[in-house]
Amino acid sequence: MHNKYPNEGMSLIVKTITRFTVWLIFLFGLYIFIHGHLSPGGGFAGGVIMALSYVHLTLAFGKNYVNERMKIATMHNLEALGGILFIVIGLIGLYSLGHFLQNFMGKGTLYHIISAGYIPVFNLIICVKVGMGLYLVFYYLASYQRKEG
Amino acid sequence: MPVELWLYFILAVMIIGSIACLEIKNILSSIITIGIVGLFLSLAFLFLGAPDLALVQFVFEILCMIILIRAFAKRSITLTALKRDVPETIIAIVILVSIFVLSIFALKDLPSFGKPIVRVAEHYLVNAGDETGSQNIITSIILNYRVYDTLGEITILFTAILGSLTVLRKIGRKKRNA
Repeated sequence: MHNKYPNEGMSLIVKTITRFTVWLIFLFGLYIFIHGHLSPGGGFAGGVIMALSYVHLTLAFGKNYVNERMKIATMHNLEALGGILFIVIGLIGLYSLGHFLQNFMGKGTLYHIISAGYIPVFNLIICVKVGMGLYLVFYYLASYQRKEG
Repeated sequence: MPVELWLYFILAVMIIGSIACLEIKNILSSIITIGIVGLFLSLAFLFLGAPDLALVQFVFEILCMIILIRAFAKRSITLTALKRDVPETIIAIVILVSIFVLSIFALKDLPSFGKPIVRVAEHYLVNAGDETGSQNIITSIILNYRVYDTLGEITILFTAILGSLTVLRKIGRKKRNA
């Protein structure tokens, strides 16, 4: 996509390097949370790494460049949706098996990537929630700067 | 070298870093010193054999550093020189020494390093794979055995974001009106 805000952010060198590195960071976060039930990591670490890729993009290109691709309101909605889905999965467990947050999916085979019932789903929810939430914290803390301060 | 010696070294660096963080006058250097403390905490988790925690701590420390530098490094923050009175210093030293002496008696009763007295962990170590189908035992504990804990954690995160939005949005609105 064309960059409509060429004067914001850092220098040309930083922007060129960022184009090569930002998707690698994003893919590493994706790997960490998809393999959360197989190797060290999980939803929280994957979410923080994905938030860091967005922070990387914001620092290099400026916040308007990121807002054009991912609206702040969309991030709020995704984050709230993650919280609601967590409760909904708990309620499905309550009505199908009798206990809140009980594992209602099959366990699958050990050591396979599709296994462990609802743990990968929870990893996905936590990843989206943590990633969006921490990026929003960064956005609000870093972008509203007082001029007189 | 055994693990305990590395841990003593790491703890010493962390204590020196936190003292330096309080004493340095420049705000950017102070933030970087906080980063040293966090990264050595991540190293300590790695030596204790907890790669999950080490990964989370390492990544989160970087995010905290970026947020702190972006939010505070460009602000001109006035530093007030702290004058210490003699009675305050005496009271502080007395309290510190009494806590140190009492902790010597208290820490004798703790179990020795690497020998836990809680038996619940054995059940998880033996049965986690069969009961949850997850290869990573840490994930099987935090997302299956202790999933209420994760629910509370998510609620805390949600509330923290709501709080930071509520506090900081006022500044943005004032700026827009002015």
